[in-house]
Amino acid sequence: MNLKHKPLLAALAIALLLLPFATDAMLGRGWVRIADFALLYIMLALGLNIVVGYAGLLDLGYVAFFAVGAYNYALLSSPQFGLHWPFWVVLPLGALLACCFGVLLGAPTLKLRGDYLAIVTLGFGEIIRIFLNNLNAPVNITNGPQGISMIDPIRAGEFSMGGEHQLFGLAFPATHLHYYLFLLFTLLVIFVSRRLEGSRIGRAWMAIREDEVAAEAMGLNTRNIKLLAFAMGATFGGLSGGLFAGFQGFVSPESFSLMESIMILCMVVLGGMGNIGGVILGGVLLVLLPEALRNGAGPMQQALFGKTLVDPESLRMLMFGLALIAVMLLRPAGLWPSTQRRRELSPDEMISHQEQDTVYDNSK
Amino acid sequence: MTTANNPLLELAGVGKRFGGLAALSAVSLHIGRGEIYGLIGPNGAGKTTLFNVVTGLYQLDEGNFTFDGVAYSRCKPHVLAEAGIARTFQNIRLFANMTALENIMVGCHVRTRSGIWGALTRNAAARAEERAIAQRARELLRYVGIDRPHETLAKHLSYGEQRRLEIARALATEPKLLALDEPAAGMNATETGSLKTLLQTIRASGITVLLIEHDVKLIMGLCDRVTVLDYGRKIAEGVPEQVRRDPAVIAAYLGGEAA
Ligand SMILES: Nc1ncnc2c1ncn2[C@@H]1O[C@H](COP(=O)(O)OP(=O)(O)O)[C@@H](O)[C@H]1O
Ligand SMILES: [Mg+2]
Repeated sequence: MNLKHKPLLAALAIALLLLPFATDAMLGRGWVRIADFALLYIMLALGLNIVVGYAGLLDLGYVAFFAVGAYNYALLSSPQFGLHWPFWVVLPLGALLACCFGVLLGAPTLKLRGDYLAIVTLGFGEIIRIFLNNLNAPVNITNGPQGISMIDPIRAGEFSMGGEHQLFGLAFPATHLHYYLFLLFTLLVIFVSRRLEGSRIGRAWMAIREDEVAAEAMGLNTRNIKLLAFAMGATFGGLSGGLFAGFQGFVSPESFSLMESIMILCMVVLGGMGNIGGVILGGVLLVLLPEALRNGAGPMQQALFGKTLVDPESLRMLMFGLALIAVMLLRPAGLWPSTQRRRELSPDEMISHQEQDTVYDNSK
Repeated sequence: MTTANNPLLELAGVGKRFGGLAALSAVSLHIGRGEIYGLIGPNGAGKTTLFNVVTGLYQLDEGNFTFDGVAYSRCKPHVLAEAGIARTFQNIRLFANMTALENIMVGCHVRTRSGIWGALTRNAAARAEERAIAQRARELLRYVGIDRPHETLAKHLSYGEQRRLEIARALATEPKLLALDEPAAGMNATETGSLKTLLQTIRASGITVLLIEHDVKLIMGLCDRVTVLDYGRKIAEGVPEQVRRDPAVIAAYLGGEAA
């Protein structure tokens, strides 16, 4: 950490701590909840960044691990089975379970590359969702499409995050409490990402992303290293899923659709694949922009045309698509690319690499 | 220099087919410790295929090979790298968007151990290991004569530098056998000259070198022994001078029938 960044970091820390109260005062009540979701998405995006950004494995079913974490929490801590395990057991268990699923779903894809990998992972993601949707007969496990409700709030001893608390003479509603908890976990995820990125393991991931054959020939056990990427990514997903279930109090298969996977992938790609800062930026933007549009588009049309011409909800998707196209055209490496990706796309290429991917050195 | 009784790499009747094409058939050869061994032949003769077989990228169809006394006929590439075979590629395959230093550090992977726990805690062992490989990588950059900022991306190096970076990355795996696939391709005379010196230094450090090369002068000046492949078959073997005069070799290169 650079010394000259210290004041900046301190300012950022204070801003993040005050954020819930600031948004309450300035923008209105709903925004802390949106910030909570942004944090959950950032954790997801950072998890997917390990798989896609570092190891270069295009995973379109990532939301499955989010689902595993969420359902793990929901089943073990709700009236569904009458189990009410404490959150500090259920949450790590969910992360661990997701990690196992990461390895389980990763293993069959090890030999696949590029598009094929994307298609198979997409299928796996859907399989998990469909399982959750249908595991209500013959024995009811997941309660099917109705989902599981009345999930226990996150609780430490007597302190339940489900309700409002008075602390230091301030009123902290549930959304505020969750904000601070999620912030803590997000920092943990960032810390882990950073440590991995600059390690022997991180280099091995990137080597596989750059050239799997060369990596193999240099002695990397590509199978294990890829599985490790799937496992780490999935762990973050499971963690985020557990927090989501505890926060929301309700889970249903609907929350884990393909669209969610794509959304998370967009955060990674838009923000800047492989760069932690970029991925966070992507997460924040993709949560905030739709909300801003949702709140802004209706009234604005009213003011301009006197009536609502386009349903804000569909406008949201339209704007979203346009924004994506614009970014891909103008900043193909993402809004805030990693330094290496930035250099990679700079015009001063000295030698072309097209011959690199020719013929048989490629195939096996 | 014949060390036939204790060769480092020994191929016995190795065959590799691609559909109907016999890229290698019944190739037998042995490479002694400390040799610089040349592998030559016209394009499509099967030289690269032979490299791919002994580095585990292709599985052979017939025969077998031993390295350092152990049979490795059906092994993953990383097992062979760990056993001590390192290679470069005919079409340069660096980790293009990683720095020169990082490329070499990846080469150190196979000789280092720290895992997730070391990465997360950055404990004393992990830090020491990281320092050691960074140090080693810097030394290797200098060793192969790349005088550039360490953060230069591999793809921003000149062509000759890229070829040498591939050699440095291979050396980082601490190989017993260094297999080079046309390392002088595309180099000018000066670059080829310094490559020759480098290969001699490498051999002097105790590493056996297996060299595919089209530059006849380089082969003649460097190699202790040479094998000539043509259409996947070994058509000649011996010291360079003798091979050069072999009628079958001359015929293969001129495209005619053997005299
Ligand atoms: N993966 C592959 N699939 C099909 N044919 C291949 C493959 N690899 C090599 N070959 C063929 O095997 C023959 C030998 O190729 P190669 O070993 O690259 O020759 P060299 O390196 O001596 O020029 C060529 O005819 C080539 O087309
Ligand atoms: Mg070749």
